[in-house]
Amino acid sequence: MEISKDKFKVVGTQLEDAEKISKPSLSFWKDVFVRFRKNKLALFGLVLLAILIFMAIFGPMMTEYDYKQNDLANKNQAPSSEHWFGTDDLGRDVFTRTWEGARISIFIGVAAALIDLCIGVIWGGIAGYKGGRTDEFMMRFADILYGIPYLLLVILLMVVLGQGLGTMILAMTITGWINMSRIVRGQVLSLKNQEYVLAAKTLGANTTRIMGKHLIPNAMGPILVTMTLTVPSAIFTEAFLSFLGLGLTPPLASWGTMANDGLPALRYYPWRLFFPAIFICLTIFAFNVVGDGLRDALDPRLRK
Amino acid sequence: MAKYIGKRLLYMLISLWLIVTATFFFMRMAPGNPFTSEKQLPPEIEANLNAHYGLDQPWYVQYGEYLLRILKWDFGPSFKYKSQTVNDLISEGFPVSFLLGLEAIFLAVAIGVLLGIIAALKHNKWQDYTAMIVAVLGISVPSFIMASFLQYFLAIKWGIFPVARWEGFMYTVLPALALASTPMAFIARLTRSSMLEVLANDYIKTAKSKGLSSGAITVKHAIRNAMLPVVTYMGPLTASILTGSFVIERIFGLPGLGAHFVTSISNRDYTVIMGVTVFYSILLLVSILLVDIAYGIIDPRIKLAGGKKGE
Amino acid sequence: MEKILEVKDLKVSFQTYGGQVQAVRGVSFDLHKGETLAIVGESGSGKSVTSQTIMKLIPMPPGQITGGQILFNGDDIVPKSEKEMENIRGKEISMIFQDPMTSLNPTMRVGTQIMEVLIKHQNMSKQEAKKRATELLRLVGIPMPEKRVVQYPHEFSGGMRQRAMIAIALAASPKLLIADEPTTALDVTIQAQILDLMKELQNKMDTSIIFITHDLGVVANVADRVAVMYAGQIVEMGTVDEIFYDPRHPYTWGLLASMPSLENDNDAELAAIPGTPPDLTNPPKGDAFAARNQYALAIDFEEEPPMFQISETHFAKTWLLHPDAPQVNPPESVMKRIRKLSSNFEKPVLVKEGK
Repeated sequence: MEISKDKFKVVGTQLEDAEKISKPSLSFWKDVFVRFRKNKLALFGLVLLAILIFMAIFGPMMTEYDYKQNDLANKNQAPSSEHWFGTDDLGRDVFTRTWEGARISIFIGVAAALIDLCIGVIWGGIAGYKGGRTDEFMMRFADILYGIPYLLLVILLMVVLGQGLGTMILAMTITGWINMSRIVRGQVLSLKNQEYVLAAKTLGANTTRIMGKHLIPNAMGPILVTMTLTVPSAIFTEAFLSFLGLGLTPPLASWGTMANDGLPALRYYPWRLFFPAIFICLTIFAFNVVGDGLRDALDPRLRK
Repeated sequence: MAKYIGKRLLYMLISLWLIVTATFFFMRMAPGNPFTSEKQLPPEIEANLNAHYGLDQPWYVQYGEYLLRILKWDFGPSFKYKSQTVNDLISEGFPVSFLLGLEAIFLAVAIGVLLGIIAALKHNKWQDYTAMIVAVLGISVPSFIMASFLQYFLAIKWGIFPVARWEGFMYTVLPALALASTPMAFIARLTRSSMLEVLANDYIKTAKSKGLSSGAITVKHAIRNAMLPVVTYMGPLTASILTGSFVIERIFGLPGLGAHFVTSISNRDYTVIMGVTVFYSILLLVSILLVDIAYGIIDPRIKLAGGKKGE
Repeated sequence: MEKILEVKDLKVSFQTYGGQVQAVRGVSFDLHKGETLAIVGESGSGKSVTSQTIMKLIPMPPGQITGGQILFNGDDIVPKSEKEMENIRGKEISMIFQDPMTSLNPTMRVGTQIMEVLIKHQNMSKQEAKKRATELLRLVGIPMPEKRVVQYPHEFSGGMRQRAMIAIALAASPKLLIADEPTTALDVTIQAQILDLMKELQNKMDTSIIFITHDLGVVANVADRVAVMYAGQIVEMGTVDEIFYDPRHPYTWGLLASMPSLENDNDAELAAIPGTPPDLTNPPKGDAFAARNQYALAIDFEEEPPMFQISETHFAKTWLLHPDAPQVNPPESVMKRIRKLSSNFEKPVLVKEGK
């Protein structure tokens, strides 16, 4: 082997080369987005969600019918070019009512999730940040409330408060926030003692900076996932209550009340149950897979 | 262990007391007097009725008597059906609900665990994807919709199963399936993720380095540890089966307690709603307590710690 | 001496999202009966992967043996099936892992975990196995073994658990024991006890040991020979004396210089090796250590160095041993240790490729 002598010269370390990282560095949320995009099912859920929301906004305008307009001459019609999803026992157009129902169901879901978020973040945030006695007391309180069977309490409240949109959201959120508060507290508790937060403190970062730069972005993930998964459970609860006859009062349409109305006629007019039922499932499905996809995308253990 | 159970028991009693108290005051707040809803009663009869049910007493006396009655396992009368008490309803309807619930729990656990284990062992293969899509569908279809679909296709259209009523085993299959579908899906997902976590543990590698076959590792080392989170899900499972039974029993026309409860809700039969709610709460809280104790027995680490997962 | 293990040009890689990671890039060594070989290196140097590959414990996929042979008693285990491996694992070769806190099953009695090996490999009945498990616990120095045998791992301290792990590993009297950083997770005082126990049992059972560590200090106590790994390759290998008193590879110098020692003068500074190990998805051209090497030659950035032989047992993979290379002196703290070893050849000899 012949190698020219000048190759044998000490040149020493070349650390710039060694420290060069071959992978481009991505910001946290960009990284999350990239991973989310790889998840076909979650992406499908997101598209589905977009379509459902689009239809909830524009669907009722696509027909000449009004959701509460009775047409007794045309009751219980099967789906046709005239009535795309058929008509119900009062001759109302099921297509129009379905999208009208979508508005209400999605509104209930989102409203419940937002209220849970507000109460949960405040309660859990204070408990986690203060720690000690305050934390102990606040969490014991939440524990005891949590011990009360959720749906039973909601049913009880609906019986007492009377039916209606507002009472329904109130009934759902009265113990619904506990889950969120536990998650927020857990996040705050674990994050505030993380080395990098301590490091930021030692470097002289003030509280606002620590909150804004470290605590909130890191707690954001689990909070977002919990919210995404609260929406379908609220939609489910609405449908469930309506199915028990504790839902909205007619002529308001929600998917739950429509399914409830359709049930006795299942044998002869199945579309009256099937259309709202299918959209309940699709919506819950879409929120669930988006939530799952987000959680997987946020989980650093899956990072490669 | 005793301290652990004691603590759980205390929380349970506080929750229970809260529920009983809340039901009591909610029902007093509820619109109208129980007897006013149907037809106008002559004042003297109403006064008689009020006296008969103790409604003319001040609220704290009523409350005290109510608590005492619950302690004596007496859930009160029905205002709508004079001859029937809540205890009658329970002894009549609960056996049906209980049987149906047991069948559904069995289905949910057996199929859910099996699906979850297969998915974890075949991680990222088609079996995994299939099982998880089935699971996410199961979670997305509420039990009452599942029930209507099953009833429409399997009973009305194809006539494989009877449509409704309670006259033998075949009559229980569809309701139990409908009740089990959502929790089954949850259990499948839970089992899968906890199984994957367990399989990544060092002690699985130790077991492999001993020369154990993968079958022996799965059965002896992985499944038992993976079952721990599934055991904690038994409490929520009971709750889900129980509340699910309200609508399922109604759809399939079963004479269970859930169906009676729904009827009492639509009749606004307050004393029955109250009594059944309290009964359900006791049932749920006791089953959650039992699950906690069972967990303590299964996980040897709990005995010393007196809390969950010591160390 | 009888050769028990011979690893020839072993290559292992892992398929990841970021591409193929070449974790082990052509490793060769051998091991004699009753001998202890220490494999030393930083985390990510491929030492654990190498050892786990010997038992085929790496998950496949994503792991894959892309080349080479592992001859155990002259028998290549690379092509062996899982079923065949089950009769080797635990019986012929066994392993102790780094963290005793996680390597025992938390919901299974310690005794049962030992008995599993005995029932599988020694065809013992449950009663016999339980008796033997108790004896083994006594052998590894656990007091009151009759009581301990029915306890769960959380009732054991860290050191006790590692003793129990050793009992599991040695239950079937294997010919080869692989210890993957067995003392890293333990207190210093316990470390010494565990090392003593391993040596004592090795003498009793005549087992060969592969001892994996990142701690050169431990090596001096336990090993007969040492292999230094860097970036998936063995860069220097020799007897303990050769590595400690006549190291030739700049990476070994770096490791020795960064090791605190009582003999060092108080004013002698501990020298750290600058930089971080290379990304093995995309191994650098030439010598993988070049970028961090203050003695790097121009050629190190172009051409991978060949293996040079310094004595019958001493090998190093560096261009510095080439006849044309300049004379460089190792760091001062290493300089002080260097002794003339009589077994050295007159001049380093180039080892021909494909030997």
